[in-house]
Amino acid sequence: MLEKADQIFLLLRDWLVGYLPPGWRAAAGAVLGVIGIVAVFPGLFAIAVLMERKGLGRMQNRLGPNRVGPFGILQPIADAIKSLTKEDIVPTNADAVVHFLAPVFLVVVAFMGFAVLPVGRNMVLVNMDAGLLFYFAMGASTEVSIFMAGWSSRNKYSLLGAMRAVAQMISYEVPLLLSSVVIVMMTGSLSLVKIVEAQNQYTWGLPHWYIFTPWGCAAFIMYAVAATAETNRSPFDLPEGESELVAGYFTEYSGFKFALFFLGEYLGMLSISGLGTTLFLGGWSAPLAVLNWVPSWIWFFSKIMLSISVLIWVRGTLPRLRQDQLMNFAWKFVLPMTLLNLMVAALWRFMGDGWARWVVCSAILLLVYVGAGRIGMRREHFGPRTYRYAE
Amino acid sequence: MSFVFWLLSAITVAGGLAAVLLKNLVHCALALTVVFTGLALLFLQLDAQFAGFAQILVYVGAVAILVVFAILLTRSSETPKDGGVFSRTWMAGLVIAAAVFAVLGWAVLQSEAGLPHETAVPNVTVQEIGNALMGRYVLPLEIVALLLTAAMIGAVIVAMHEKGDAK
Repeated sequence: MLEKADQIFLLLRDWLVGYLPPGWRAAAGAVLGVIGIVAVFPGLFAIAVLMERKGLGRMQNRLGPNRVGPFGILQPIADAIKSLTKEDIVPTNADAVVHFLAPVFLVVVAFMGFAVLPVGRNMVLVNMDAGLLFYFAMGASTEVSIFMAGWSSRNKYSLLGAMRAVAQMISYEVPLLLSSVVIVMMTGSLSLVKIVEAQNQYTWGLPHWYIFTPWGCAAFIMYAVAATAETNRSPFDLPEGESELVAGYFTEYSGFKFALFFLGEYLGMLSISGLGTTLFLGGWSAPLAVLNWVPSWIWFFSKIMLSISVLIWVRGTLPRLRQDQLMNFAWKFVLPMTLLNLMVAALWRFMGDGWARWVVCSAILLLVYVGAGRIGMRREHFGPRTYRYAE
Repeated sequence: MSFVFWLLSAITVAGGLAAVLLKNLVHCALALTVVFTGLALLFLQLDAQFAGFAQILVYVGAVAILVVFAILLTRSSETPKDGGVFSRTWMAGLVIAAAVFAVLGWAVLQSEAGLPHETAVPNVTVQEIGNALMGRYVLPLEIVALLLTAAMIGAVIVAMHEKGDAK
């Protein structure tokens, strides 16, 4: 019974496909998988938007949406209808074709990333040998669509916003890749399915997730920082600082095209949380051996929503970085730390089993992080706050 | 030669022609991105996963953006007002592209004689490429890495403010 619950979506697919002639079954199964992804993740997008608006409301001591439905839970549906019926304004000077293609391309690429994420036991659309590489290739393509949006609008603020966003995304893509390389080194495979299987083991009822090792924890922190920047979330949300910087690359978008950018951004958040879950938090495996009876996909989606909640919490808590601070942080702190982590992971690999490697690797990482923090803070002076104004 | 091959080839060739013939430079750069993607899909169709994804990651994700930034930072990217989609010098562009293609094709055809003739289709997985890069070809890899690092340091020094010039 419980095993059936675990595999319920696969059984459902096989049952539906069974009505077709045998020659069509493989193709129909793939189409059903795509339909599943295209249906489920926008659903999660609606839940995430509601969570964000209600959660931020709580943090900012206000109610948040509370008019549509009980406690405002139907707000996403109202928003969707609004953006579908709004007038779509294209600026006269805009490059109409590129202006139209940019949001479409962004959403398509954002959906592609989900194809290689294992959302449950045996539940992956394409079990690719180079799944992680595919994911990053798709992630890198979003930059082109952001540039297309900013350039085609024929608006200085849009173009500057696009340049800002692309520079930030390229800078943070490097540490994002390097922090994931550690996982590949340890697993010996680029396949996300194999990475999850390597973590789905238990010692004394506790899981072998990569976050519970010194190098995995350090890589996870760096991955989280880079992922937040890659999805343009606060405190790295300079590409769309709506109150100070005239939004950004989507300034000239309205109606449903703007909704597509919004959808693309949240899909990016969901998929990068999914990748982080797969790489560091054991994917669909249960957090305790005794909880293994719960269907695997429940664990995957709970972990994703937990990551989203942390992102919302961070957005409600931390102030925004300045552009130069953002770049310095990427190249002078995050990148060296991921490189160091690669060395530590190699050391771990060649020290063999035993407790010695735990002590040595943790000591190196702690020493460097604490040292960097101490040296960085020495130059800071904490006194009364002073204000500087632009000249 | 399957239907998919012809479709991908058509997209790639159309993108290449657009990159050569269009008037607006940014449109040309975007068409070049289409060519890169088409090539990557052709690699994937030949079962070369690593080459295909690396092509998208490096060329679509980085080189295309670099090209576009170079266009925007060096000369005006504003559309010429005098109408028309195609560049006025489309003939010259086509001739240069055809000449480059001819030289490359000639070089490829010449090199075929020098290579050992393989009959079986090699089955190259990502893991084998990794092992080869870290084992047999580790020296060339490190030399390339050193060269790229030197190039990057050079670029940073060129772009850096002179002392005293800084605000």
